[in-house]
Amino acid sequence: MNSTSVRARANVPLKNRTSFWQSARHSFTMAYRGLLKIRRTPEQLFDVTLQPILFTLMFTYIFGGAISGDVHSYLPVIIPGILVQTVITTSIVTGVQLREDMDKGVFDRFKSLPIARIAPLAGALLADTIRYAIATVLTFSMGYIMGYRPDGGIGYVAIAALLVIVCSWAISWIFAFFGVIARTASSVQGISMIVLFPLTFLSNAFVPVKTMPDWLQWFVNINPISHLVSAVRDLANTGTFGWDLAVSLIGAAVIVAVFAPITVRAYMRRT
Amino acid sequence: MDHLYGKGTRPNQGEWAVEAKGLVKTFGDNRAVDGVDLKVRAGSIYGVLGPNGAGKTTTIRMLATLLRPDAGSARIFGHDVVKESQIVRQLIGVTGQYASVDESLSATENLVIFSRLLGLGRAEAKRKAAELLEEFGLTEAAKRPLKNFSGGMRRRLDLAASLIAQPPLIFLDEPTTGLDPRTRAQMWETIRRLVSTGSTVLLTTQYLDEADQLADRIAVIDRGHVVAEGTVDELKTSVGTSSLHLRVQQTDDIEQARRIVERVLQAQSSVSSEAGRITAPMANADLVTDLLIALRSANIPLSEMSVQKPTLDEVFLTITGHGVTAEQSNSTEAVTV
Repeated sequence: MNSTSVRARANVPLKNRTSFWQSARHSFTMAYRGLLKIRRTPEQLFDVTLQPILFTLMFTYIFGGAISGDVHSYLPVIIPGILVQTVITTSIVTGVQLREDMDKGVFDRFKSLPIARIAPLAGALLADTIRYAIATVLTFSMGYIMGYRPDGGIGYVAIAALLVIVCSWAISWIFAFFGVIARTASSVQGISMIVLFPLTFLSNAFVPVKTMPDWLQWFVNINPISHLVSAVRDLANTGTFGWDLAVSLIGAAVIVAVFAPITVRAYMRRT
Repeated sequence: MDHLYGKGTRPNQGEWAVEAKGLVKTFGDNRAVDGVDLKVRAGSIYGVLGPNGAGKTTTIRMLATLLRPDAGSARIFGHDVVKESQIVRQLIGVTGQYASVDESLSATENLVIFSRLLGLGRAEAKRKAAELLEEFGLTEAAKRPLKNFSGGMRRRLDLAASLIAQPPLIFLDEPTTGLDPRTRAQMWETIRRLVSTGSTVLLTTQYLDEADQLADRIAVIDRGHVVAEGTVDELKTSVGTSSLHLRVQQTDDIEQARRIVERVLQAQSSVSSEAGRITAPMANADLVTDLLIALRSANIPLSEMSVQKPTLDEVFLTITGHGVTAEQSNSTEAVTV
């Protein structure tokens, strides 16, 4: 060992807590790790590339005629719906991968480092927004190829895309929680699907709410996914900021406020 | 070696790097660690020795803030591992039993990320990574993904990652398990160098020769208890007597020599006649003087004489053997002789 490597580190005073700024910095470093991992194993992006293409094609051509009379007039309804459904489904993978990641020895090192406890989780979730971005862009592109021309214009479409990504990031905290408490990666997938299927299908994503029975309409109307879908439709199709947008953002904030702390606590308690 | 650490990272006052009292950790019905006390002096190498499942790793994980103790307390340089965990983490480096590095990334990327997390700037982190890779002989493999690394390379990278912040205390959990003899010797060399620069090392091992080679003091752990503690020599003398080996020049003398040995030392001896060697337990070193005089007056020339202390293997078997079968002390004694 040569002498240079055993030089003292800067005179950092010992503190028992990490500041918010440090936490953010640690999280971004962890996000950088997540991005490096994606670059090393690009095959893990298969699901976010194939699923939007496949689902958009299938749903549009299967339901288009039945629901809106023809495929073209169904596009403004289905594209925002399928977008929300696809991107949120993608966020399940976050939980699954987190579970796999946490079983590796490197998480022991993260735990033993003087870094913010939330950083390994927040970083992983942050890196995954790249997956949501890919899914979002592909869904809109597929819509465009099939003839979808949103009236809101490119600016509002971009805002809608951003909204979906932000909300999916928030929702991914739920799956991260499952990821931390579950024993195996496949059980994370299982639990998450059970939660997500009713939420995405019992919404206004694919069919008009009016066609459903009254008791179901009640649920569909309070379903946060419906609000998110409506918000995206408002933005992309008419270029308006509606009440649904506010509800979606508030919902996202509430999810993070509830699930981020309990996820970190569960993560800390795991051995 | 105080100048090595800045004011901030300098251990508070302690000459004790680790002070643990009555640590307990239970997993279900299994009391993995059952009241462990440890005191490690700063600047020393401390070995925790024990068979598989003795509670070594669990103890280390509690001291390294990775596990919360169910009972008892532990202080690292005077800082409580539970209440001041974030401070403790700034004072320690941990190298786990299974390499705690990121498999999917390259060696450089691993070190850069850990450096960044420890607060180094972008350029500084890169420089530090290169420096450590150079030092641990990994420069050539720096860009390859770890999947293709050998066990030894992985361990070295792991240790390098623990040294980024120059922590004054380093935990090594079975640092050489699964390594070939050459890599093992290299690892020992690295650990010795670490201590010579002022760090304290707490290592666990199941290899007695490793503890013998490296550690200043040793705690023997079995079934969650510390069953013995002391320097290597203390432990050796606590269990068995040393043995005296003599070799006569003329093998014809051997029977006579043996009689003298047994008479003077008042003990049973064993003889291998073809080698001309006599081995006898040496309880009282002072009697050897008498023995040598007696041999000289009997005109028996010696070609070799040596004293052998009991090996740590014997220590280990005796101590942990007693723990297992306290009532069958006869059988365990047979092991030590």
